[in-house]
Amino acid sequence: MSFNYILGQLINGIKLGSIYAIIAIGYSMVYGILRLINFAHGDLLTVGVYTMLVLMGFSGLPIWLVILAGCIVSIMVGMTMERLVYRPLRGSGEETTLISSLAVSVFLQNLISMIFTPQKKAFHLPDFLTVNHSLGPVSLSTINILTMISIVVILIALTLLLKKTKIGMAMRACSDNLAASQLMGIKINNVVVVAFVIGSGLAALTGVMLAGEYKTIEPLMGFVPGLKAFCAAVLGGIGSLNGAVLGGFIIGIAEVLFAGLMPSDITPYRDAFIFFLLIVVLLVKPNGILGSSEGGRS
Amino acid sequence: MLQIKDLSVKYDNIQVLHGISMDIQDGELVALIGANGAGKTTALTTISGVKRSFGGEIVYNGKNITKASTDEIVRLGVVQVPEGRQIFSKMTIEENLILGAYTESDSARQKANMERGFEMFPILRERKKQLAGTLSGGEQQMLAIARALMSNPKLLLLDEPSMGLSPLMTEQVFDAIVTLNESGTTILLVEQNAFDALEISGRAYVMENGVITREGKSSDLMEDPAIKRAYLGGD
Ligand SMILES: Nc1ncnc2c1ncn2[C@@H]1O[C@H](COP(=O)(O)OP(=O)(O)OP(=O)(O)O)[C@@H](O)[C@H]1O
Ligand SMILES: [Mg+2]
Repeated sequence: MSFNYILGQLINGIKLGSIYAIIAIGYSMVYGILRLINFAHGDLLTVGVYTMLVLMGFSGLPIWLVILAGCIVSIMVGMTMERLVYRPLRGSGEETTLISSLAVSVFLQNLISMIFTPQKKAFHLPDFLTVNHSLGPVSLSTINILTMISIVVILIALTLLLKKTKIGMAMRACSDNLAASQLMGIKINNVVVVAFVIGSGLAALTGVMLAGEYKTIEPLMGFVPGLKAFCAAVLGGIGSLNGAVLGGFIIGIAEVLFAGLMPSDITPYRDAFIFFLLIVVLLVKPNGILGSSEGGRS
Repeated sequence: MLQIKDLSVKYDNIQVLHGISMDIQDGELVALIGANGAGKTTALTTISGVKRSFGGEIVYNGKNITKASTDEIVRLGVVQVPEGRQIFSKMTIEENLILGAYTESDSARQKANMERGFEMFPILRERKKQLAGTLSGGEQQMLAIARALMSNPKLLLLDEPSMGLSPLMTEQVFDAIVTLNESGTTILLVEQNAFDALEISGRAYVMENGVITREGKSSDLMEDPAIKRAYLGGD
């Protein structure tokens, strides 16, 4: 097993980890504010890529416009689910909203299957995005490189948003103490909508990254990455932005290394390995790696 | 300034306020006392628009605010310091204060209000870059009051500011409340610490099981044998 092989695997891990990290950010933001585990979050990714697939059918549209439109549709679906399902259920307990989010997830998966059939569909990004560049021992496509750059950009942008802007301060306040935030005159609904907008938009963006990697899309494609991103958010410390990103990288790298280094008859169990890893970490640090010790809310 | 008429509130199917009425005039310091579970906190959260009533109305300066949203109510100048302080523990003291000014967009006023809070509670200035969760209980109460002052309250609702404080701390906090009132802020003070509350307030209401059972001048209530027996630990 050469050094280059391991390095290559590590880069693959970072690539996958960036994707999980970006999805995890949205998961974590919504959870931080509402204590809502939104299992339908991963399906917003699917909504985004199917929108892009349709738009790619119209030749002549530039790809950036297609991606932007995919993000916008995903954002609208995210806002709709918040308005129609989660807002009326607010205050009814974490179990209720969790089960409802599973229902929303299944609903979206079925809706997409109904419109587009359950079969896999080819998803061709323009060549300039999929062409491989060899960087020393590894070779990465343009979209891989963009993925890794985007996680850095997103992290910086969101940190600035949370620290420097009024709405960002309000978002932090809401995840710190929702009841007090309301008493400060913060409009909770607006803050929740912003969290859903950011999360849904980012989910659609990761959709492009995943679809660019696998070159096909299917109606269930968002669910498992969504689950792993949820694990990433929990692992890193749910509610924490840096935690979500750290968790994303750990899970991405662990998954790739497991698949690359273990004997081939074990590698199909890589998902099981990820969940096992999550359990082990939570046994040692119940609030995740960067989670604060004072868990619940008063 | 604030009229509460026949206010009735329930949680699910359990009614906890049975048509309470209160009237607070401009500039007053009014106490609301009562035992655990009487419904004092419920009354305050309903005034703030966090909890909804199913009967009665709340009128503030002639405006019916019974169905107004919390942020509108805060903008009108009715601001609450909640029970248990509810500070933003993972944010700095300075950030807590900035959040208190969420409805105040004038940055000069924001600065002046922060300065006023720092003068009232100098410890907050010393610790302003520190996470609020690291403050002691009394300091957190000071922060909660200073935070509420950031939004220019005309009517301040205080929910058990002495809870969990040492007698010395309580005195300091109560002094601050009196100073605030003397500088023109109208105050509704909810307290279990009935003796201190009656001592600093002009008028008071007594609540039992969701009903106002007594009201009057605080000095009169302090002399009332029934009140003494029930709330002042003696006769
Ligand atoms: N969220 C809630 N759900 C159900 N019942 C509630 C809720 N909050 C309060 N209650 C009930 O309403 C009644 C009044 O409670 P409230 O908190 O208003 O009393 P309080 O006078 O503030 O008491 P304390 O002095 O202990 O703070 C109590 O019987 C309480 O159990
Ligand atoms: Mg109370």
